[in-house]
Amino acid sequence: MHSSLLSISARYLSQLLFVLSLVVLYRGHNLPGGGFIGGLIAASAVLLIALARNWDDALAFLRFSPLNIIVTGLSIAVLSGIPGLIQNGAYLTGEWLPFFELPLLGKIKLGTPLLFDIGVYLAVVGSTIKCAHSLGMDIEEST
Amino acid sequence: MPLLPLILFILVAAIPVALYVPRLPKKLRGGILALPAALAFALLAGPVAQQVLEAGSLRFSAAWIPQLQIDFALNLNGMGLLLALLVTGIGSCIMLYASGYMGDHPQANRLFAFLYAFMLAMAGLAMADHLIVFFIFWELTSVTSYLLIGFNHQDADSRRSALQALLITGMGGVALLAGSILLANAGGSWYLSELVDQQATILAHANYPGILGLILLAAFTKSAQFPFHFWLPNAMAAPTPVSAYLHSATMVKAGIFLLLTMLPIIGGSRAWFITLTIAGGITLLLGGLFGLKQDDLKKILAGSTLAVLGLLTLLIGIGSDKAVLAALLFLVGHALYKAALFMTAGAVDHETGTRDARILSGLRKLMPWTAAAAILAALSKMGLPPFFGFIGKEYAYKASLYSEVGGLLTTVLVLGNAMLFALAIRAGIVPFINKPNTDALPKPRPHEAPISMLIGPLLLASIGILVGLAPQLIQPLIDSAHQSIAGTGELSAVKLWTGINLPLILSIVTVVSGFLVLKIRQPINRGIQKLSLPDADEVYDKVLAQILLFANWQTRLLQSGYLRNYLIIIISTTAGLITLKLLKFNDYPLYDGVEGLSAFSAVISVIMLFAIGLAVFAKSRLTALIALGVIGFGVASIFAIYSAPDLAITQILVETLSVVLFAWVVYKLPVFQEFSSKRTIRFDMILSATMGILTTILLLKSEALDMGTSISHQLSEWSYPLANGANIVNVILVDFRALDTLGEIVVLSIAAVGVWALIDSQRQKPTKK
Repeated sequence: MHSSLLSISARYLSQLLFVLSLVVLYRGHNLPGGGFIGGLIAASAVLLIALARNWDDALAFLRFSPLNIIVTGLSIAVLSGIPGLIQNGAYLTGEWLPFFELPLLGKIKLGTPLLFDIGVYLAVVGSTIKCAHSLGMDIEEST
Repeated sequence: MPLLPLILFILVAAIPVALYVPRLPKKLRGGILALPAALAFALLAGPVAQQVLEAGSLRFSAAWIPQLQIDFALNLNGMGLLLALLVTGIGSCIMLYASGYMGDHPQANRLFAFLYAFMLAMAGLAMADHLIVFFIFWELTSVTSYLLIGFNHQDADSRRSALQALLITGMGGVALLAGSILLANAGGSWYLSELVDQQATILAHANYPGILGLILLAAFTKSAQFPFHFWLPNAMAAPTPVSAYLHSATMVKAGIFLLLTMLPIIGGSRAWFITLTIAGGITLLLGGLFGLKQDDLKKILAGSTLAVLGLLTLLIGIGSDKAVLAALLFLVGHALYKAALFMTAGAVDHETGTRDARILSGLRKLMPWTAAAAILAALSKMGLPPFFGFIGKEYAYKASLYSEVGGLLTTVLVLGNAMLFALAIRAGIVPFINKPNTDALPKPRPHEAPISMLIGPLLLASIGILVGLAPQLIQPLIDSAHQSIAGTGELSAVKLWTGINLPLILSIVTVVSGFLVLKIRQPINRGIQKLSLPDADEVYDKVLAQILLFANWQTRLLQSGYLRNYLIIIISTTAGLITLKLLKFNDYPLYDGVEGLSAFSAVISVIMLFAIGLAVFAKSRLTALIALGVIGFGVASIFAIYSAPDLAITQILVETLSVVLFAWVVYKLPVFQEFSSKRTIRFDMILSATMGILTTILLLKSEALDMGTSISHQLSEWSYPLANGANIVNVILVDFRALDTLGEIVVLSIAAVGVWALIDSQRQKPTKK
């Protein structure tokens, strides 16, 4: 199913999707979104390339190996609990930096829950791509 | 830092140090390896002993899991101090010895680290006050001893012995946990130091037989009492320093320590007396007989260890003040001479290449220092004056003579001691006397062992004679240990010479019959062989084989490998459980008038129903796939209608991705074919219909139930002020219940790695690009 239309548009669409996934990840704390959803969107961006073109391009778009992404994500999530442990005596308690305003973006809130969510995001992206890649690779080779 | 945790910390810190010891120059190894143990010993013998002897015990407590009333409570009393001193003191000697014996082994670092981990576990056991802490250290000793026994893991025998030890002592560990919980309930406290005051309550408690049975099971498995005695001789597969440490002085004494600790808590009943004296007596005789038929030095010693453990159990069974004192004296004496004898046996093996008692002789000229240590230790083991072993034996006779059925018990003791006497001569004296027989040795020119392998045994053997001559040196320690077990029992000075009395006469009888046993060793062995008693080791094999058969059968039943069977098991179990619950809530109305269905959701429901039909009756996989996709999107829109945007978005994304993934999988599968018979189809239909109907009833009914106030209200109130987030779903995921999410992403990652491992391993075999 090699369609040049899909193949070319996938290039731009997936970049858009990737940006969208980051937005969704960040806004998740106040509006629908978050690490899980963002991760799934990012994964679909990669899958779109894999479907429209091939896995080599898809993995090149991803840049890092899915396993590394999984490990990074899990490590970030695990480590994000430590500030709470130190400050509050309870693992994974949310700790926040002072809020500040940015033009256009409004009030910015940075804290360990966001860090944790980034970990979730990475773990979801990595796992989904790893599964899809394992399942989908053969077909490409055989066609 | 308080002293007790400091000592544990030193032993923890020793583990990484031990890992690097083999990289050091040879001369430094022994000193550095033994240093942490020696430091711990010095702390125990100095400041700790001072406080324990003055105040009776030394305590430490730190919060651990306050929600479960578990704290890291340590309480070192006299008995614990005695054990901890033996563990670290003999441990230092063993470490020094191990550095000489194993220093050039390619995996020596691992062995040293295991030894320290084991020492830590034993020291912790000696200090533990909270039952759970005690249990954890107890299990640690089992696990570390498994690693130590199985150190030569290339050897199948060694692996088997390690597994056997782990299974037997592990079973005891489970029993200890169960027994501890029952004990804590019966006695109203988790602390050993408090349970001591509850003895009467516990003895009268309805659960007492259960408590006694479980705790004795733990002690018997650990200390290799009949009928669990067979693992101990097999554990000789370990390298000699390990055997010397685990099976003479420390590990197997953990069971004895448990019995001594429990004596003032659950001891003193008829059942206690009968079980312990019988098991101990049988183990004493069995161990002696086992030792007599062996020719391997280590196995001879293993037999005598068994016998001594039996003897100690018997004494603790008697449980009187005298018996406890005798057990303590015997325990110390045995630890000293047995560790020394194991180490000299290892040195002989190291230098001559054999441990066969039939070949070895006349080594005293070639290995004078080893011979000195071995003979001194053997004399103590034979129970001759003025060695410490003599005192232990005398007091044991004293205790048994004054107990119930004293005549029988004393006879058993005399027989056992006579065999120990014979074993000591074979293992510790015969190899060194008579004419040298160097031609028969695998290594023809033996010479003296290196100094690192001599210090330990010489030191321990000399202490054996020193404290024999001057028992007042360790009198305070023995008294304190005695007091911590027997409460305010009367203490009397331990003396080497107590005049000409019955115990002394019995000692002479023991010596005479010991020589006799040595003379008629062969006939005894032949006689026992003729009896052809069932071998416990074979029984173990049979039981294990049966368990494996059962596990195999059960696995085949439950894990058939057919997706259909898994689904049937899962669905029918769920259906059964739901039915059970529904029957309980039979009185509630089935339908409580839920608000009407909106037109939009009605339309979606109809579409989903149609898609379900399509999926079930589809003739191609692709159709079924698309139909399933429709159902998924239908569910997503229903989420959206009931204002759950997060769920809806997630559902849509997951649905999209899974259709794509499915499409890939479908590609790989063979052409869709109808394999199912009419009957299986009918069965599947009935099962799924049942499940569907039950779920519907459950949903309708749960609407009618009053579940109490829902937590979601509270959570949404907290969300913004506490977690700075307006999206409550996300706040729950990343803040309130972040630990759950962490678990979920770990599972997700494991699943991904699992898929990769399964598929890629398949792929790499046939084609490699």
